[in-house]
Amino acid sequence: MEQEFKQSIKKALEKQNLAGILDRWNYPATRAAAYAGVDIEALRCQIAEIKMRAASHLDELAEQFKKAAEARGTKVFRANSAQAAKDYIANLCKEKGVKNIVKSKSMASEEIHLNEHLAKSGVTAHETDLGEWIIQLAHQRPSHMVMPALHLTKEEVADLFSKETRETMPTDIQHLVKVARKELREKYFNADMGISGANIAVAETGSVVICTNEGNARLVSTLPKTHVILVGLEKLVEQYSDIAPILTALPKSATSQLITVYVSMISGPAENTDGTPKDLHIVLMDNKRSDMAKDPMFKQALQCIRCASCLNVCPVYRLVTGHVFGDIYTGGIGTILTAWFDELKKTEDIQGLCIQCGKCKEVCPGKIDIPELILELRRRLVQDKGLGSVQKAIFAVVNNRRLFHTMLRTASLTQKPFTSGNFIRHLPMFLSNMTDFRSLPAIAPRPFRDVIKDIKQPKCKEKVAFYAGCLIDFAYPEMGEAIVRVLNKAGIEVVFPEGQTCCGAPARYNGAYEVAATNAVDNIDALLESGATYVVSACPTCTVALKHEFMETFKSIGKTDPMAKAQALADKTVDFSTFVKKLVDDGRLKFKKGETHSVLTYHDSCHMKRTLNVFEQPRELLGKAGYKLTEMFECDMCCGMGGSYSIKLPEISAPILERKLKNIKDTGAPAVAMDCPGCVMQIRGGFDKEGGPVAVKHTVELLADKFE
Amino acid sequence: MFESFMTKAIAAGNTEVQRFGTKAEALDFVVQFMQKEGVSDSAGSYGVWAACPFLDGMDKSGIAQRLPGLKFEFTRETAKQAKVGVTQMDWGVANTGTLAQDSTKVDQRLASALPWIHVMLLPSTNIVADLPALFSKVDPKKSNYIALITGPSKTADIERVLAIGVHGPERVVIVCVDELGGAD
Repeated sequence: MEQEFKQSIKKALEKQNLAGILDRWNYPATRAAAYAGVDIEALRCQIAEIKMRAASHLDELAEQFKKAAEARGTKVFRANSAQAAKDYIANLCKEKGVKNIVKSKSMASEEIHLNEHLAKSGVTAHETDLGEWIIQLAHQRPSHMVMPALHLTKEEVADLFSKETRETMPTDIQHLVKVARKELREKYFNADMGISGANIAVAETGSVVICTNEGNARLVSTLPKTHVILVGLEKLVEQYSDIAPILTALPKSATSQLITVYVSMISGPAENTDGTPKDLHIVLMDNKRSDMAKDPMFKQALQCIRCASCLNVCPVYRLVTGHVFGDIYTGGIGTILTAWFDELKKTEDIQGLCIQCGKCKEVCPGKIDIPELILELRRRLVQDKGLGSVQKAIFAVVNNRRLFHTMLRTASLTQKPFTSGNFIRHLPMFLSNMTDFRSLPAIAPRPFRDVIKDIKQPKCKEKVAFYAGCLIDFAYPEMGEAIVRVLNKAGIEVVFPEGQTCCGAPARYNGAYEVAATNAVDNIDALLESGATYVVSACPTCTVALKHEFMETFKSIGKTDPMAKAQALADKTVDFSTFVKKLVDDGRLKFKKGETHSVLTYHDSCHMKRTLNVFEQPRELLGKAGYKLTEMFECDMCCGMGGSYSIKLPEISAPILERKLKNIKDTGAPAVAMDCPGCVMQIRGGFDKEGGPVAVKHTVELLADKFE
Repeated sequence: MFESFMTKAIAAGNTEVQRFGTKAEALDFVVQFMQKEGVSDSAGSYGVWAACPFLDGMDKSGIAQRLPGLKFEFTRETAKQAKVGVTQMDWGVANTGTLAQDSTKVDQRLASALPWIHVMLLPSTNIVADLPALFSKVDPKKSNYIALITGPSKTADIERVLAIGVHGPERVVIVCVDELGGAD
């Protein structure tokens, strides 16, 4: 990562204004309240379908829109490039002698730097959306797609307003808003042109829908005689009936409102204040959206309705704001849009900020798989530029199973000077970042692959293969032992296919898909060879790799031969909690009767909750075993581990972990359970470092001795 | 449906809902309301009332005499100096508290966007369940400018703190009139 970029992260982390604001807002709860009584899943499917249909024939829809709008007297210009859009509007200004423009919010205009372009020919564009106006006065770019000035404090806004009005402003927000009203009111009346964006454009009727809460778009579209609406092609939908679903979701997802205060549906020139018809222009802008629609992976990004809910739930965005995480468009989706509307190279640093927790995917009303698309950017960047030399060296090792395992064994000896108990608390020099905010687990003296050979198991008819994953194999072999104990109770023998190696997730999450594919092939061969009925893993990231990502990786790089075997492995693979619940339900495992144990809180690991969709099973098992469960705030929020993320971006991983530790401690529970050894590593290391009193356990450790 | 509409409309903040049987009662309320709010014949205190079916057959000059400063015909400058604007809306939406109107005529937009208080007249029977139902009633093929309004002008752009009345009205008064009948 560029030094400059690291510096910008550091600066952003010093100022946690936005994080505080998002906390006070409590978006997840207010969003849920706004959606009360709505079948969100059905609505999301409907929107995804509407937008996907539109993305499949953008050009046709643009023509249809143009025809319909022109029939009503609107002038429609199709701009292929940013430059064409800017030129059209600048020429229009020249032709009409426009000097002053009032603008309501348009991200498309930000995208093409329209204001700067118009300024070159002496035209002043005044932003009227309060947030945009503040940003304009501050000479900044939006830090959030819906609330552009969210990163600024009221004191900073008061300063900006004081400069603009040459009066000293108090920091009272209500007062500041009234100042804006007074200042901007005059600008509407003096403007020769209004420019706005649009939220939806309907091909069938040539209508555009504009949502605002402030009412500025109403004034922009009413007071000046000329109105220009700049619309990105992705706003097109086929038909009039497509409006309602989008309009139902957009305000709820964007600001937790049932609907925005104002919705204007403009389908032709309305009456001007002097009785003449409006000079209405619509600029339909492509700027690489058609290219995006042609890309089988990225086409789905056109399903975005620009609600910015992906920003509101992102654990990284809240810490660094859109000024670091994003460009004109911000956050995860902003990174994707930047790669297309600007260039892939521009996302080199920012794409690395995504920790792959999947929170955004869960809330996206357009059902866009944002994390997957960011991985695809990563893959393409690696393809273009290659891996960094350090990464290359690491993956060369990971890709060589024997070398990798030998090195880990050696490390278990060489780490000795740094370990205390089961932890590495300090590492020297450049590695110290890894242990600044958490201790790391010491590498076990004997990996699980050796330990299992000494475990005496009963001879059973049924055999399952255990896929350990690196952490259980080399850091937490005791978790593996616990699994054997539990499964033996059910009359199942656990086998450990020796050929298993790293699941490839670290390579994949770093864009090294070829490496991940080699890992996948090795594992598929080793695990299928064992002939076991199931492949059980106690690491959700590994489970996701075996169950989903092997195939995804092959697909991405066009490798088709191992697909059938990958599917066979996927069908056999199951996570520990799901498997044990099945054994309990089938009566093959019985809990010891009448036991009561300590109070627990449960942390949902990202892959477990959002990819495997497993969250009830471990809770049910722990409850039946006699533990009392108490839920923490944000139980399914990432712990900041994210595999190598915590090594590359410890400065971000640390505050995410800190928040998680606080949420755990706030429950008062003496122990926290989870199903992921990676989360155990992060959270246990965090509590060890701060000397916290909470025991951090994998579910398997808590269940090990609870069966008859 | 009316109850739900009222609840949701009020929940939008700074919104009150009144209901009257007859146009005469509604008119009395609106005139008295404007008097109470200090509508008078001086800049900043005007009342502007956009042409609408409610006013059909009404003695407008008589009403204007009762209330100096109330204008049935007005320019953008007059609307800018108005304290209260009155428009008739076509539809109410029960599950969002929204009111909708064909705003192609500019008076409708001036009277609803510029004053501090927006009084919306609504035929009580014209309340539909939700947005899809509303969109089956309004028709973009017939109206160049359709406006949906839910509560007063709002922003949360500074520190996500709610502030009312940023560019448009800071108060909304919905006056439902049974006698107005359907606008279908």
